[in-house]
Amino acid sequence: MVLVLALGDLHIPHRAPDLPAKFKSMLVPGKIQHIVSPGNLCIKEVHDYLKSLCADVNVSKGEYDEDSRYPETKVLTIGSFRLGICHGHQVIPWGDLDSLAMLQRQLDVDILITGHTHQFKAYKHEGGVIINPGSGTGAYSSITSNVNPSFVLMDIDGLRVVVYVYELIEGEVKVDKIDFKKAQPVN
Amino acid sequence: MLAELRTSKLSPQKYYELYMKTFDELRMLEVFFREETKRGCTNAYLYELVQHAGNILPRLYLLCTVGSVYIKSKDAPAKEVLKDLVEMCRGIQHPIRGLFLRSYLSQISKDKLPDAASEFEGEGGTVVDAVEFVIQNFTEMNKLWVRMQHQGPAREKEKREKERSELRDLVGKNLHVLSQLEGVDLGMYRDMVLPRVLEQVVNCKDELAQYYLMDCIIQVFPDEYHLQTLETLLGACAQLQPTVDVKTVMSQLMERLSNYAASTPQVLADFLQVEAFSKLSEAVVKVIEAQPDMPLVGAVSLHVSLLTFTLRVHVDRLDYVDQVLGACVKKLEGVGKVKDSKATKQIIALLSAPLEKYNNVVTVLTLTNYPKVMEHLDYGTNKVMAVVIIQSIMKNGTFIMEADKVEALFELLKEIIQDSDGAPTLDELDEEDFMEEQNLVARLVQMLTNKDNDEMFKILLTARKHFLKGGPKRLGYTLPPLVFSALKLVRLLQQQGENSEAEEGAASSQKVFQFLLQTVEALSAVPAPELALRLYLQCAEAANDSDLEPVAYEFFTQAFVLYEEEIADSKAQVTAIHLIIGTLQRMNVFGVENRDTLTHKATGYSAKLLKKPDQCRAVYACSHLFWVEVEGGVRDGERVLLCLKRALRIANAAQQMASVTKGSGGPVTLFVEILNKYLYYFEHGNQHITNSVIQGLIELIVTELQSENTTQDPMVDAFLASTLRYIRFQKQKGDGVAERYAAIEV
Repeated sequence: MVLVLALGDLHIPHRAPDLPAKFKSMLVPGKIQHIVSPGNLCIKEVHDYLKSLCADVNVSKGEYDEDSRYPETKVLTIGSFRLGICHGHQVIPWGDLDSLAMLQRQLDVDILITGHTHQFKAYKHEGGVIINPGSGTGAYSSITSNVNPSFVLMDIDGLRVVVYVYELIEGEVKVDKIDFKKAQPVN
Repeated sequence: MLAELRTSKLSPQKYYELYMKTFDELRMLEVFFREETKRGCTNAYLYELVQHAGNILPRLYLLCTVGSVYIKSKDAPAKEVLKDLVEMCRGIQHPIRGLFLRSYLSQISKDKLPDAASEFEGEGGTVVDAVEFVIQNFTEMNKLWVRMQHQGPAREKEKREKERSELRDLVGKNLHVLSQLEGVDLGMYRDMVLPRVLEQVVNCKDELAQYYLMDCIIQVFPDEYHLQTLETLLGACAQLQPTVDVKTVMSQLMERLSNYAASTPQVLADFLQVEAFSKLSEAVVKVIEAQPDMPLVGAVSLHVSLLTFTLRVHVDRLDYVDQVLGACVKKLEGVGKVKDSKATKQIIALLSAPLEKYNNVVTVLTLTNYPKVMEHLDYGTNKVMAVVIIQSIMKNGTFIMEADKVEALFELLKEIIQDSDGAPTLDELDEEDFMEEQNLVARLVQMLTNKDNDEMFKILLTARKHFLKGGPKRLGYTLPPLVFSALKLVRLLQQQGENSEAEEGAASSQKVFQFLLQTVEALSAVPAPELALRLYLQCAEAANDSDLEPVAYEFFTQAFVLYEEEIADSKAQVTAIHLIIGTLQRMNVFGVENRDTLTHKATGYSAKLLKKPDQCRAVYACSHLFWVEVEGGVRDGERVLLCLKRALRIANAAQQMASVTKGSGGPVTLFVEILNKYLYYFEHGNQHITNSVIQGLIELIVTELQSENTTQDPMVDAFLASTLRYIRFQKQKGDGVAERYAAIEV
């Protein structure tokens, strides 16, 4: 069992002062094995904070990230899953699932993590899952109005992944769960 | 052994050891005397008898010992015997010998005083006699103790003072005895005990004794006595020698009093009744006046103590708090920036105390003297304090909701927000520290907020006024959060359906957009073109949502101007053009003409990117500018096809260029990407995209991949494989999609 945290579009300090205190108290060091972030953390301090939660932090470049070393896309393998991250501002129309599916085929990944729209989405289709963890701070977005802070925790176990969505709605954390099973490889 | 005590050769420490031994022997002697009286010897006789001893010192020790038995027997009134003894002890004027003798007297008499409710009261005297006795002994002892410093050569003064200090408890014990007397009530303490003791303390004019005895008084007597005699006690503080560490004495007094108030809330009324605060503040001023040589740190720390007292006892009296700060400002007048590091530390303590107490910067901002104190900090420390203030705001989640509060706060934080005289140039500052500070300021912007739109707009104007004084290096940090705050306001105005006839000074979308335009312009002048371009696009989209076409067009124009003139880096251009296309794709406010101008520009710049693959990708992304999957969106299938064909031509060109320069095939992945775009439009019902075109493209790719020129790339193989798998999957779907896909063979 492997826990993967997907968290992005924090936009600190441009659009939000910090992660919500409730999220911070949930995210404790030592529980999470990997962090994947589609980007727009913006500043180094936030990256350092993620590093303090978990040593393996993978970030793709958002258009507001000051760190120019983040790649546009990144693919990593966790257990039997191939996982891709990309911020998503390069995929036009923004947030369009058909276009993201094309990127998923291009990266040849089972799970694609993207951001940019600040709207939580988990979309299952024949080729796998596309997840947008939303904005961890509920940051302002020109695409989505009234953003609730959210992040995603993936529990990867064998060929199964359980996706937990944490959303902060009017001060309360709501949790949702989506199950996803990967087909046995043909060969 | 008693005769040994006559020596002058022993150090106080050694003399003390000898005294202790003698003391034990004398206890046995006392038992013996008591036995004697039982055998028929009268006390009076014994009392007479011991006076025949040849030397005065042993004689007085014996007299005290018999005296003890005498009092105990009640054959004579205690007050008479005590009075006699304390008078007789005058016979010894040598400091050390006298001190110990009187200490002995104090020791043997402390359980035989005619205190109220004690067995010796009545015929033995009253508590007044007891107090008289103790005070007299105390006075004499203190005189001896003070005189000790003059015994011997001047060069050993330091050593002597140290020895003297070791003996201080002998004197202090008398005060302890006084505090233990049951009969000493507040009235008696106020009228008799305290004035007499203080008289001795003040008159002895000795630094060591004064400091120690004042401290002793504060420690041994009860809190409520101090509270009721505050004026007397504080009056004495101002009369002490100029070298006495009076600030520590007073701090201890204030600490005791505030502990008292904290532990017993019902005494608060007494504090008010005796006007403790004003008495203490006056005393602080007087003491500082009385000690012109007191270092600055002492004066400031006195104010820190007073402030701590005020915050603990009168937490709701902000006027008191401000008054204390004001008094400190007065003291700092003419000092300028404080250079002494210890005094600086005390000023930090002074400024931190209200922050920590109220946990609310808005409360602190009402203290008019607060910024005046802060001004005395040197540049570096001032900034540290500013950071502390912001951190307090962030930690407590304090929202600053009025423009005038923002004004006051930014005035307070000015060293961090703008350049000031005496500040080192920015290049000298540590880059990382500077970044951290400015990011903190950026976070602070999120805390400046008000639900009232008009006030919010005023807040934005106020904040920008201060930020613009910060110089180009800061603007890159401080302006973006301000832009987003303004964008949030625009959205609120739009959602609330704003009042079209906005009054003077009231917020309207128009005004906020003007604000945005100016703010982003200032940012682009920094220069920070990439950031400014992103913000212009954000604004354009907000204008789109507010249905303001000319405004949206203006923002887009500015974004293009920046792209043309300022963004030269090819990688930055790629990102910028994608952001432009992505934003433009979402805009629905534009009429045909404006839209055509902008899409024409966007496609034009896409085809002019430096690298062929980048060109190709940007051009096929542009196809979406002609096909918008929302109600009422454009669907110009022909122009979509034109874009995709153009992308194909570029991909071909890239292919050829690669074979010329590298001798191998180019990036086949571009063809697969374009294939996917064809599929997208095919599926979304663009009639210009036919199955035969797609079939042709698939064959082209397969041929390319099999060609000997092409370098093997597993990524491309996988991409194609998953694309073909996708087509097969779509063919199996049970709806209209499958029908369209039926004609494609894979």
